[in-house]
Amino acid sequence: MSMATGARSPLTVVVIYPDLLGTYGDGGNGLVLARRAKWRGLDVSLVQAPSDRPVPRGDIYCIGGGEDGPQVRAASTLITDGTLTRSVEDGAVILGVCAGFQLLGREFPDAADRPHDGLGLLDVTTRKGTDLRAVGELVATLEPDAPRSSDGSGLPPLTGFENHGGVTTIGPGALPLARVITGVGNGGGDGTEGAWRGRVIGTYLHGPVLARNVALADLLLGWALGARGERLPLIWLEDEEENALRTERLAGAGTVKLPARLRHLPRPRR
Amino acid sequence: MTSPHPAATRRLPFRPSVAVKVASGINWLSRLLGRGSGTVIGGRVGLAVDPMLLAVLAKDCDVALVSGTNGKTTTTWMLVAALSEGDSVGVATNTTGANMPAGHVAALIGTRPVGTVVLEVDEVYLGRLIEDTHPQVVVLLNLSRDQLDRISEVRMLVERWRSVLGRLDPVGHGGSRTVVVANADDPMVAWAASTAPEVRWVGAGQVWRDDAVGCPACGGRIVFEASGSWHCDHCEFGRPDRFAWLEGDVLALADGRRFPVVIGLPGQFNRANAAMVAVAAPELVGTHCQPPVSIATALERLSKLHEVAGRFSTVQRKGRDIRLLLAKNPAGWTAIFDLLDESGDATSPVVLSINARVADGFDTSWLWDVPFERLIGRTVVATGERCRDLAVRLRYAEVDHRVVPDVLEAVDMAIGNAGRLSVATTSTPVEFLGNYTAFAQLRSRL
Repeated sequence: MSMATGARSPLTVVVIYPDLLGTYGDGGNGLVLARRAKWRGLDVSLVQAPSDRPVPRGDIYCIGGGEDGPQVRAASTLITDGTLTRSVEDGAVILGVCAGFQLLGREFPDAADRPHDGLGLLDVTTRKGTDLRAVGELVATLEPDAPRSSDGSGLPPLTGFENHGGVTTIGPGALPLARVITGVGNGGGDGTEGAWRGRVIGTYLHGPVLARNVALADLLLGWALGARGERLPLIWLEDEEENALRTERLAGAGTVKLPARLRHLPRPRR
Repeated sequence: MTSPHPAATRRLPFRPSVAVKVASGINWLSRLLGRGSGTVIGGRVGLAVDPMLLAVLAKDCDVALVSGTNGKTTTTWMLVAALSEGDSVGVATNTTGANMPAGHVAALIGTRPVGTVVLEVDEVYLGRLIEDTHPQVVVLLNLSRDQLDRISEVRMLVERWRSVLGRLDPVGHGGSRTVVVANADDPMVAWAASTAPEVRWVGAGQVWRDDAVGCPACGGRIVFEASGSWHCDHCEFGRPDRFAWLEGDVLALADGRRFPVVIGLPGQFNRANAAMVAVAAPELVGTHCQPPVSIATALERLSKLHEVAGRFSTVQRKGRDIRLLLAKNPAGWTAIFDLLDESGDATSPVVLSINARVADGFDTSWLWDVPFERLIGRTVVATGERCRDLAVRLRYAEVDHRVVPDVLEAVDMAIGNAGRLSVATTSTPVEFLGNYTAFAQLRSRL
């Protein structure tokens, strides 16, 4: 799409349906990407795409977490719209978080545990877990074959906050993103967190995940620029505050464990 | 009150009476040992001795409950003020913000015997409180995202409220009825309250709409009109006919009456809370509130309320005024930023303090839904136990800031910086904005 000759369009970061999938602060992922591109001198455009309009073409799409009802509506609207699927075929990058991760898969449940079609962009399937929700800080190390930074180095451990009732299993067409050190993650008993294939990544991590893991943000930027035949400028960002936050969170998740009753919270009690 | 209160003369049965004695004793011990005011721990033990203690204590009382995501504590204080002549003797309430059943028990024990009770209720416990206390009035303010790790999703809460309110008896406890006073401008509250047999709908306004786009009735899309009204684009659900509504600083009633809303607390959201209280207060018509308070009297009494548990208050430190403001979630912070624009000095330095304890919610992701970009141009100091999360958020909002983990040092830095800025004079107040436990921490150290 963007590889066409002529005047280059700005790198476009699209936040999908903030009106339906904006409940958990994941819109911050779009802001992190846009700022990190801007700070490196790139021409970047951050677009909030509401659910009552056609999905615009973009280089990176961020899909966030949301409630059960809005998730169902978002998935069916995105399937009808079709832009997201076409964009992936054209090389676009997608980051789906929580409900946004689930709806990238083949199937996910609603509040009444009825299955709904996902976009099928990741070979994962989500079922309702037990009556417990996975709630708490999560730390996971990247799988050996997970995506690597442009210089070939592996990404540092992922840190984030998970809050979900779904259990996601990964089919043969996708790979697990990371292995859980602390927390629940996909929850299927295999100790994995998230999934990926090509330039599509799904994760359960809020925080937002790209604010907590700026190396992952830069990886996505590098992918998107690569699809345009460009490269991420080698401009070093200090990331002092991001690193301070990472250090605190990674240390905190290991030592200060949340009480069990808060790590696995039942559906709201009275 | 013309006759002695029944609860004053009525002796409690054996089990609740033991529960009250044990709870009171524990509260006394807890205060003696300096372990806080002890209200919650006493209430917890009291409930362990007698799980029905709340129901026993609330029997024969005229009860009003206040719930919602934002404004619970303030509105509770307002309703107490509106119902009280002079000081608040005669109205029992949980002023400390302990808004779960243990706190309610403590409030009722601490002020026994009482006739009129106004309780702030955590959203999750509204059903239990309604069942236990048979309220005459239930005030429902607004619902938006808050403490998602504890409360989970707004719509799940809405459905539970809806089923509880649908079970309300039009003629309830002691021959009286339960009147629900609900914010008609919040589609989530409207959906929950529309099952109640008797509702006074108040157009109190709703600035934060990001949690109400999906129709709670059918999953369609809620369309907000320029007038502030709203409807679903797919089903019949829309804003209910209002009993009263706020037009700037005037409370207009459907019957044509109009009342000025001139209150002691700042901000449009407090005028909204006042509107709810003005409609709710006259509905307490039990044995202890005769004659009922009129709307005009209720509003008149609100003009004398200038702070709520320290919130909105101004304290002095090193010769500088520091205004203390509390906000817990994106909707609350947005309202507080409106307040800064409306009543503050555009040059005043701002101290932001964020914690993530149980009462705050452990997940700080919500910081990314708060429009911190509105602080660009001010001196901003980030503090609190989660100042690192806040610092990253401010960096990406491109708000210049300093990070000072200790809250008092942060305030002092803001005081020092305010003096050095050419535009700010020493009379410029420092605005302190904290979330729940961060606010309490600063107050305990000032």
